[in-house]
Amino acid sequence: MTDVKNTLVKFQSIIALLVLCIVLTIMSDKFFTMENGWNIARQISINVCISVGMTLVILTKGIDLSVGSILAFSGAVAAGLLKFGLEIPSINTYIGFTVLGAILTGLTVGGALGVFNGWMITRFKVPPFVATLAMLTIARGATMLWTGGFPITGLGENFDFIGTGWFLGIPMPVWITVVLVVIAVVVTKKTQFGRHIYAIGGNESAARLSGININKIKIWVYAIAGILAAVGGIILTSRLDSAQPNAGMSYELDSIAAVVIGGTSLSGGRGSIMGTVQGALIIGVLNSGLVLLNVSPFWQQIIKGLVILVAVIMDRLNHPNDD
Amino acid sequence: MENQPNIVLQAKHITKKFGGVIALSDVNLAVHTGKVNVIVGENGAGKSTLMKILSGVYPEYEGQIFVNNEEVNFSNPKDAMQKGIAIIHQELNLIPYLSITENIFLGREMHNAFGILDSKQMNKKTKELLSRLDCNLNPKTLVSELRVGEQQLIEIAKALLEEAKLVIMDEPTSAISDTEVESLFKIIASLKKQNVSILYISHKLDELFLIADRFIGLRDGKMVGTIENAKEAKKDDLIRIMVGRDIKNLYKKEMVSFGEEVLRVENISLPKITSRSSYLIKDINFSVKKGEVLGVFGLMGAGRTELLEALFGMHSKIMSGSIFIENRQVKIKSVMDAIKNGMGLVPEDRKEDGLVLQMEISKNMSMASINNVVKNGFLSTKLESLLSKKYIEALKIKTPSEKQLSRNLSGGNQQKVVLSKWLATTPKVLFLDEPTRGIDVNAKNEIYHLINDLAKDGLGIVVVSSELPEIMAISDRILVLSDSRITGEFNQENANEEAIMKSAIM
Repeated sequence: MTDVKNTLVKFQSIIALLVLCIVLTIMSDKFFTMENGWNIARQISINVCISVGMTLVILTKGIDLSVGSILAFSGAVAAGLLKFGLEIPSINTYIGFTVLGAILTGLTVGGALGVFNGWMITRFKVPPFVATLAMLTIARGATMLWTGGFPITGLGENFDFIGTGWFLGIPMPVWITVVLVVIAVVVTKKTQFGRHIYAIGGNESAARLSGININKIKIWVYAIAGILAAVGGIILTSRLDSAQPNAGMSYELDSIAAVVIGGTSLSGGRGSIMGTVQGALIIGVLNSGLVLLNVSPFWQQIIKGLVILVAVIMDRLNHPNDD
Repeated sequence: MENQPNIVLQAKHITKKFGGVIALSDVNLAVHTGKVNVIVGENGAGKSTLMKILSGVYPEYEGQIFVNNEEVNFSNPKDAMQKGIAIIHQELNLIPYLSITENIFLGREMHNAFGILDSKQMNKKTKELLSRLDCNLNPKTLVSELRVGEQQLIEIAKALLEEAKLVIMDEPTSAISDTEVESLFKIIASLKKQNVSILYISHKLDELFLIADRFIGLRDGKMVGTIENAKEAKKDDLIRIMVGRDIKNLYKKEMVSFGEEVLRVENISLPKITSRSSYLIKDINFSVKKGEVLGVFGLMGAGRTELLEALFGMHSKIMSGSIFIENRQVKIKSVMDAIKNGMGLVPEDRKEDGLVLQMEISKNMSMASINNVVKNGFLSTKLESLLSKKYIEALKIKTPSEKQLSRNLSGGNQQKVVLSKWLATTPKVLFLDEPTRGIDVNAKNEIYHLINDLAKDGLGIVVVSSELPEIMAISDRILVLSDSRITGEFNQENANEEAIMKSAIM
């Protein structure tokens, strides 16, 4: 009996996902189609990218509110460099960027902002909520400065391939996301780094006394969250062929929702990348289904909120011992 | 009861068990009205348990309690409060960012018919209470701005608001300065005049003689005697009540021959962060040989835990002194350095600092030596299982498998997991901080044997304990810490409980 219960608990988000799909298939003939499948996959790929980083952060008992802004800034940086290059008038220099160069710079900027988050959190003991809240504003402001408040568009076919192209019958964003997820699963389950993340979130004091370098791990985790947000930014910019100054607004909330629905504990130390992927899928499928069923966007938001609550209540019931 | 003293509280045949462990056994206690009744006893004698029963924190026990000859059954501290019994805990329970008045009236605020708080009246009442305690603090001051001694006073004022007839004080002087102790004693004297009774726990003997009217001795959960006229008692009388626990059930140490010196520390000092002139530990020198078990005994606040933490690199920024491992000076700037140089620390609080409770046993065991279970850059579940199975067998850990969550183990087995974590690092020196705290007698014995086995394998071991019989049973040599300094050193030949206790209260 308890075995059955344990199995149900273990697969509860997959079961929820299946039930959701079956219900939607019955209710709408447009839901269970190849086209809609790829649509959903493409739509959630950005959220999954960000949420992989968010999962790592939350596993260490932290939070990263700045991912949406970092996404926007990194995307804008890549787009701007690609389109206009970098002009430094004081030394009379102009640097042009290839697609690869622009992307790598965008990712580096995302990583650097993440390192800054981690530095504030470890060196100055700023609570993660506050440190990343500050970065949310800072990076958004930087995006406005960089873009002058206007979209940067017309980025060329090569760049747009990342967000809109297909490879071996699968959309590029899905490829990128799958590769990142696989790497993240291996890192969390199979490396020292991953183990240390769980240990820090589970009991920071015990981890410190075991000789784990808490600060180093945390800075890395926030850096990775920044880089993955930048990946999301590049994909989004490429898909729209445009870097929008207000891109990624409130993406951090969708990302936290995916992590939480996926069963990762906000008190740290418990959760998984695959759980987060399922969480993002549930949100994506729900979104798509509600649109297909012509549910009003206002109701969609209410339903999404309720789903988050139900997921967390289930989690509480299954793990009564966690604080 | 020849003089028929007034008795405010009487406890009869109190027995309390935690699981299989008997904390109190058939305790009879009478608290005399308007007197300072002092309970003395070693750590683990059952003092705090008794206090918690009398104040309603532990509602379940065997026996009867009478307050003013009326039988009572407290199901929580509030019940006890209503019968006039208040407890001042070692850790104060005040809310820092509320004012004195707000704290005193917390949960019993005065308000008008509309539910609006009557701050004026409450502040006035607070002022009155404080003046009864000869204190002229402004009632609107935030508690966070008060010194610890003043905060204690607020707790006492809170008790007075409820018109407490009996105030229980658990180690009230452990965290306050000498001048604050003086004013606390004045307050106790004035409470006595107001016919409030005091039940007082402490093991700082010197100060006890200043305030005690009578002494009640507790040992191993049993009453061992009372001294009715405290003023005529001598220190030796008290020490006799405190020590002398029954240790015939305890384990007998096997002798191990020592090897080379493995750890030597010279002039280790650790200043308090708040003031450079006072110290948590001061000028500590000692050495440990391979195979030797060095016991460090001290009462609460003597600096035991701080000493181990300092050696383990946790206070490297403020610590001074030198550490030598195998006669080579080492620089220990962090826990990582300590581990690299062959040290391990089993901390005092295994749930807070020792284990990640929600992780499997195997993952906890490999945590400090994770490099050993890495193959080709990736963690190897197989190596990790092998490692943990080895220690589960060697240390006889009772668990269905190495995948069991640490949370689900008993205290003794959890402690063995922490030990395994350190053994897996193949240390040269092992620090054990209160290694048997909160575990039952059988598990204690197993841990003692383990310590002995590890010594036989050539480890140098430093054990800190506040339990005298324990430290005497397991150590080859005993250092006594008191007030942050070493105040005594004993070997197997000259160690006896009374002498050690004397050094500990110096």
